[in-house]
Amino acid sequence: MDIKEGEMVSIMGSSGSGKSTLLNIIGMLDNYDEGSYTLDNKIIKDLSETKAAQYRNKFLGFVFQSFNLISFKNALENVALPLYYQKVKRKERNALAMEYLEKVGLADWAEHMPNELSGGQKQRVAIARALITRPKVLLADEPTGALDSTTSYEVMELLREINKEGITMIIVTHENDIAAKTDRIIRLKDGQIIKSEVTANV
Amino acid sequence: MFDRDKWQEILNTIEKNKLRTFLTGFSVAWGIFMLIILLGFGTGLQKGVSDNFKDTATNSIWVFSGQTSVPHKGMKPGRFIRFDNADYDLVANNMPEVTASSGRFYLGNNEVTYKGEHGSFNIRTVHPEHQFIEKTLTIQGRFFNEKDIEEKRKVVSIGTLVRDALFVNGENPIGEYIEVSGVPFKVVGVFEDEGGENEQEILYIPISTAQMVFNGADRVDMFMVNLDEGATVEESKVMEEKLRKTMAERHKFSPDDERAIRFWNNVEDFMQFQNLFDGIRTFIWIIGIMTIIAGIVGISNIMMIVVKERTKEIGIRKALGATPWSVVSLIIMESVLITSVFGYIGLVLGVGVIEGISSVLPPGEFFKDPEVNFKVAISATIILITAGTLAGLIPARKAARIKPIVALRDE
Repeated sequence: MDIKEGEMVSIMGSSGSGKSTLLNIIGMLDNYDEGSYTLDNKIIKDLSETKAAQYRNKFLGFVFQSFNLISFKNALENVALPLYYQKVKRKERNALAMEYLEKVGLADWAEHMPNELSGGQKQRVAIARALITRPKVLLADEPTGALDSTTSYEVMELLREINKEGITMIIVTHENDIAAKTDRIIRLKDGQIIKSEVTANV
Repeated sequence: MFDRDKWQEILNTIEKNKLRTFLTGFSVAWGIFMLIILLGFGTGLQKGVSDNFKDTATNSIWVFSGQTSVPHKGMKPGRFIRFDNADYDLVANNMPEVTASSGRFYLGNNEVTYKGEHGSFNIRTVHPEHQFIEKTLTIQGRFFNEKDIEEKRKVVSIGTLVRDALFVNGENPIGEYIEVSGVPFKVVGVFEDEGGENEQEILYIPISTAQMVFNGADRVDMFMVNLDEGATVEESKVMEEKLRKTMAERHKFSPDDERAIRFWNNVEDFMQFQNLFDGIRTFIWIIGIMTIIAGIVGISNIMMIVVKERTKEIGIRKALGATPWSVVSLIIMESVLITSVFGYIGLVLGVGVIEGISSVLPPGEFFKDPEVNFKVAISATIILITAGTLAGLIPARKAARIKPIVALRDE
């Protein structure tokens, strides 16, 4: 499997097909036993925890099905958190976080806590958080899994816009209509890639 | 390393779990509180007892004559041994270990009068060096000296309370004559004594004068010797043996006779107390540290729960690029914060209680001025920080090992 820079790919498969494992390996959240994984011409294998954390922070953005916002931090602080781990100064990272919140259309909600936001808003905060480090790759694990279809399409449109700015996007989903909005669909079964089809979007 | 965000997060967690934090912190505060109280009381006890030694040089041995209890060289037991001036002179002049010495010839209480004022006071007849053995502090005039002894002068040094009783109009007592059992003595000095009131209701007169005036012949009822400052118990024991042997030879009693000569060994007594208090202090520290350990286990337990509860959050942080170290330091700092703050509260309360007791309680014979010194406070602080770190260590390691995927799946 080869994903080009700037591509928007979806990974599909029934549960247990290994799509989450694949995403975890791509996301350096997990190690792999066989094969190899190259990101930006670097072989990623058996990284130390600290090194993996640094790569994640620098190259990757994560969006999860359950949003995974930190409940006691407001939207702005959640978005700014990755920059904290890059040791960016407080003022600077809050200003940048505000910029990204604006981008996802939530500038007015900056001071709100996650439990005061709707599902779609939470996911947009999560996307803003994933983007703030200007990652090369955005990994989305069932980004629309917890959202109704209208909100799902809005989120997909947002992801598409981001993709147009040149960020590679890998979306794990089991919904065909969501997958159809990407450039390429990779189908997995029992840990093997069985099909890679280009969609009509290209 | 002051990191506002980190502290904010720690305070946030603590705020969300006020009761739990309080209960945990309480065990630490209690541990420190108990340690401080115990140490304070230990010090008080030690000071009280040490005060009993203040009056008398702790490097002195007092020697009393007794009654023989075993037959020796054909003489029956039950013979009374009586020291004399020659015995004393031998000990005072021919034993290099002796740094100061004095004999005593017992006169007991006697009527003392001055211009119609009178009272019954204890008269001690001694040698000049007695002032170093009983720690008599002359505050006016002088103590009598060798020349007074040699010439058997009728001179007397009086305690402050004797002065107050006799010189009721505030006259200067120096140079005045007072009568001891009808014999006039010239006052040459006034003294104070740290040993308390009893020790200041005393009059000292030269032993030679007393022997002459009060028909003592050359009798010496007992004598005392000072050894070097810092003489060890062993050295004092050797000295005891030497004195026993010398006296046994001179007075023809068995050198193994325990009753013919008796000793009051201040070196040994003082050392025994020192050792006792060292023991008590060690014991207190052990109890205190045990209590603190109970507190640490409590904190550690709480931090475990905190880590468990925050598994997901820690997972998110790791996915966003948190290094293991940043997670570890977060947990340890929280732990140190709880232990330090509550420990400090315990420390302050403990010191407060000790100070309170110290100001309310009158100094007693065995208990005086309980206090906690600076060193103890420093040690307690070090223990606290260490304890906090230890308490946080295991949970923090656990937190650092959280795999983001596992954490994030943990719905």
